[in-house]
Amino acid sequence: MVPIIFIMPFIQLLILSNAATFDVKHVPFHLQDLDRSSLSNNLARYFSSSGYFRRTGESFSSIQAVDELISRKADLVVVIPRNFEHDLITLGSTPVQLIINAEDGFSAGVIQGYTNDIITGFNNEHKMLFARAGAAFPEIQVTSSGWYNPELEYTHYMVPGILVILVTLIGLFLSGMNVVSEKETGTIEQINVTPVKSYQFITGKLLPFWIIGLGELTLGLFIARIVFHVPMLGSYLLVYLVASIYLLVVLGMGLLISTITDTQQQAMFVAWFFMVIFTLLSGLFTSIESMPDWAQLVTMLNPVRHFVDIMRRVMLKGSEFADITGSLVILCVYAAVMLTLAVNRYKKVSYV
Amino acid sequence: MPDAVIDTLNLTKMFGTFTAVDTLTLSLEKGEIFGFLGANGAGKTTVIKMLTGLLAPTSGSASVAGFDVFKATESIKQNIGYMSQRFSLYEDLTPRENIRFWGGIYGLEKTIIKEKGLDLLNALDLLDVADTRLSSLPLGWKQKLAFSVALLHEPKIIFLDEPTGGVDPVTRRRFWDMIYEKADKGLTVFVTTHYMDEAEYCDRISIMVEGRMAALGTPAALKSEFGAKSIDDLFIRLARR
Repeated sequence: MVPIIFIMPFIQLLILSNAATFDVKHVPFHLQDLDRSSLSNNLARYFSSSGYFRRTGESFSSIQAVDELISRKADLVVVIPRNFEHDLITLGSTPVQLIINAEDGFSAGVIQGYTNDIITGFNNEHKMLFARAGAAFPEIQVTSSGWYNPELEYTHYMVPGILVILVTLIGLFLSGMNVVSEKETGTIEQINVTPVKSYQFITGKLLPFWIIGLGELTLGLFIARIVFHVPMLGSYLLVYLVASIYLLVVLGMGLLISTITDTQQQAMFVAWFFMVIFTLLSGLFTSIESMPDWAQLVTMLNPVRHFVDIMRRVMLKGSEFADITGSLVILCVYAAVMLTLAVNRYKKVSYV
Repeated sequence: MPDAVIDTLNLTKMFGTFTAVDTLTLSLEKGEIFGFLGANGAGKTTVIKMLTGLLAPTSGSASVAGFDVFKATESIKQNIGYMSQRFSLYEDLTPRENIRFWGGIYGLEKTIIKEKGLDLLNALDLLDVADTRLSSLPLGWKQKLAFSVALLHEPKIIFLDEPTGGVDPVTRRRFWDMIYEKADKGLTVFVTTHYMDEAEYCDRISIMVEGRMAALGTPAALKSEFGAKSIDDLFIRLARR
């Protein structure tokens, strides 16, 4: 069991952080260059050489282009119209059609972002042409830079969150399986006829998993640093402070599940139920801001969401104690409620 | 009875409209081995649960080791030992660890646990396997250990709920030798069993039928009272009525 507890999260962190990426790379695109001019050729080269796109085919008919989209040989079709070069030089502007496969809306959005960048780049290089045509040239140029994660390193964003999920998983399941397994073996009956107090029993159940959870976190932070080079702008002390409170929430919840169920299967089922909801509403994979209002409200009840949020803020942004008190207070209240419920729900009586 | 270790008067437990235990009146003396017989579902386990503070009675009164079963369940727990039909030590701990754990639960001093544990392992001839996981030991050994561990905190009474289930006759006999030895030293033993030969070993027995005590007395007295050849015979006659 001990190797499972420590090796499993290690492997998950390595695999998930690398695999669960939103980065879209080498998108296959189909070119329909109806102009065949040097400028159109130049634009096509902008796409090919950007690193985001890979040209998989070229044709002159829309039918073939659509076929490529349907057969998923291409996710983007770039249509450069006839008279592209001529219109650009004489009129100063000309449309270019981009057809994006939006089966996966998220990727489509990312692809669109890339194409905007490419076309902006193209425009900038050829501004002399527009100037000659006397077209109005935008004086304000938008340049964007991602603060707190300037290279937009995906893993920097994901690793802190995945780490939270792993700590949660270990805490919730180990504690969730625990009391109920004593019910199954019958040792709980023996415990119940001893003068041990409820809070002593729960403390005894809590403490080992609390230590394992913090050990797990330490291992994860180590991997984050060494393997993924995730920065740590805030203080480790703060992370551990929050984690030690957060673990009480998770363990209290696990023990509560354990005391209200009769078999390990039931406990497992209930724990999974919460785990899935907590993960999907944690803002780990989908941003909370894009959820409907009621769902955003629901996430406030999700301890995972608060810890993911705190971890990202402390690690990537260097948030300090004062910045995270809101979430921390919620976690404290949560911990108090869960532990009280667990202690009270565990009665040293027989449930006939 | 003034120095009764267990004393109940009209003890009753209802589950809804079902009367699981009906006006049980019982008194056990110090050092007595009391056999508590009855068919499955006759209410034996419910009585044990009430007397060990796991279940609140519906009505009547009872005191165990001088403490009231309504008010002082935690004091009762400190003064009783309990060993159930389901094996109750931790299988993934060694005998030594189990002794340390259960001794600690009862609040014994570390030095005392160590000393007593060593004596206990010696007496049970378990020193060689003191650091072997319990799961790999034979059931008979584990049961001897469970019995001794349940007595670690020197309770006045021990409740044995079918302690010898699934054990061979030789081991059972040895187990009863241990019970006798402890009873001689003043321990009160409250034991349930389905083995009628074991019932013959008891000082007094009672037979529960449908929540009521159908018979109470020494094995010999009961046999002559009901004109039964053996306790087995008596049990079947009463339980079938």
